[in-house]
Amino acid sequence: MDPGDLTALRLTLELATIVTGLLLLIGTPIAWWLTRTTSKLKGIVGTVVALPLVLPPTVLGFYMLLAMGPQGPIGRLTQSLGLGLLPFTFSGLVVTSVIYSMPFVVQPLQNTFTAIGERPLEVAATLRAGPWDTFFSVVVPLARPGFITAAILGFAHTVGEFGVVLMIGGNIPGKTRVISVQIYDHVEAMEYAQAHWLAGAMVLFAFIVLFALYSLQQNTRET
Amino acid sequence: MIADGPNGVCMKLRLDYPGFCLNVNLNLPGRGVTALFGHSGSGKTTVLRCVAGLERAPGGFLAINGQVWQDDANAIFLPTYRRPLGYVFQEASLFPHLTARKNLEYAQKRVPFKSRKVSFDQAIGLLGIEHLLDRRPASLSGGERQRVAIARALLTSPDLLLLDEPLAALDLKRKREILPYLERLHDELDIPILYVSHSPDEVARLADHLVLLANGSVVAEGPLHETLARLDLPAAFADDAGVVLDTVIGAHEDHDSLTRLDFDGGSIYVARRPEGAGRRLRCRVHARDVSLTLERAEHTSILNILAAKVVGAAATESPAHVLVRLQVNGTPLLARITRRSSNNLGIAPGLPVWAQIKAVALLD
Repeated sequence: MDPGDLTALRLTLELATIVTGLLLLIGTPIAWWLTRTTSKLKGIVGTVVALPLVLPPTVLGFYMLLAMGPQGPIGRLTQSLGLGLLPFTFSGLVVTSVIYSMPFVVQPLQNTFTAIGERPLEVAATLRAGPWDTFFSVVVPLARPGFITAAILGFAHTVGEFGVVLMIGGNIPGKTRVISVQIYDHVEAMEYAQAHWLAGAMVLFAFIVLFALYSLQQNTRET
Repeated sequence: MIADGPNGVCMKLRLDYPGFCLNVNLNLPGRGVTALFGHSGSGKTTVLRCVAGLERAPGGFLAINGQVWQDDANAIFLPTYRRPLGYVFQEASLFPHLTARKNLEYAQKRVPFKSRKVSFDQAIGLLGIEHLLDRRPASLSGGERQRVAIARALLTSPDLLLLDEPLAALDLKRKREILPYLERLHDELDIPILYVSHSPDEVARLADHLVLLANGSVVAEGPLHETLARLDLPAAFADDAGVVLDTVIGAHEDHDSLTRLDFDGGSIYVARRPEGAGRRLRCRVHARDVSLTLERAEHTSILNILAAKVVGAAATESPAHVLVRLQVNGTPLLARITRRSSNNLGIAPGLPVWAQIKAVALLD
């Protein structure tokens, strides 16, 4: 691997780690709300969150590019906050990745929350636990397998981004050039040997992630 | 919390569901076990859930020994977690991610120090669960789980204990294992207990006060002995009609291996009991086990013959039988006899009769 590959690798891991953290932070309340609410907005919010599942990444990337651009609502906001413009920056990648990978975090969380059911929450209430207390002392521990699944899926999905990255971040070494883009560049430049190394590493990574996930689910089912 | 409400357990609850309407208006004693009895779908669990605040009956009123928990007219509704109650659910409700000990601690540490009335050791001693503390709920039997769940409810130092068919999910053996612990609760706790059940046996054994529910309404309510002896009860107890006698062991007659049980107005003999004289025993006399004669039979194998007076009679579900209410001095008794016998004997209010008791079921 050349230094460019290593930089891309480091950048990818950094991006995926930050995005996963943000996803759990933002996705958990969304998933909890979607599980518990009886609001009419539930259908709409659920659909919007799931949209990235079916949209081509380039479409999402295109709209995000416009939204974060100088005339877009996000762009105006970031400019007025003195943060400048997000496209072609690492931060821009983070913001877009969070939206892009959101369903992969919200859906497993929502499934686990639903599976926990009403009863443990009622029990906690009869034991004097308030809503926040109940969430952290009962829901989070019971939903642990869901959180792990959500984190792994969110991380892996962010690592695998390509279309969205190209639309938003372009291809700036050390700033927005992640592994998938790096592989693309190698192939473009007919450097198949180097592409092989990186691509092989990605296959290995995907295998390890999925294997970890399956054995983890096996374990939780047994206990 | 507002502390000027009425004494005892006072509730006015009305809840409309499609196809079901709950409408109860009860003033229950402030201590002892009140059984909410009825078939499934009669609304007894819903009453309990409303009392716990897990369900909200709009416009309702609820006060427990002076503390108002719900008074919608004055916009008072305490959420469940602010009501000092203990709740034992029908099926296992222990947190699966915590050991038995941690489940108990979960309850205890959420109660401020100064309002703790039940100590950890007291709770585990009362339920006999010392040896289970380090196990996870998954490795406990159904009966053990319910005992831990009851101990956990006690550790909240509740002002009111709600038990929702705590034995329903258990087989007969486990029921027998856990019933003595429930009796100890009854004897040792100075708080009201609402006990939901559809088992006449459990009610007869544990309750002091009885509420009969059908289709969301109260059909009968009152002290257990009185209520069980009513003739106008619906078919709820049907074949199980009978009364409960609270007796004290009077003496043992060892040459015949018998024990004399005294109650208000008479005494009966049962097979020798292991308990010493003076112990309280509750027993149940089924109406179907009581026959009537006009003269005291001299040559009979029946041991327990009591002088009684007919109070009234009522038809039963079976057209061949009538249910006769008797009074043995102060104690009510029910007899189920055939209509033909009733006519032959000329059963009418005021008639003195001899009640022959064929069998006495001891509830301990």
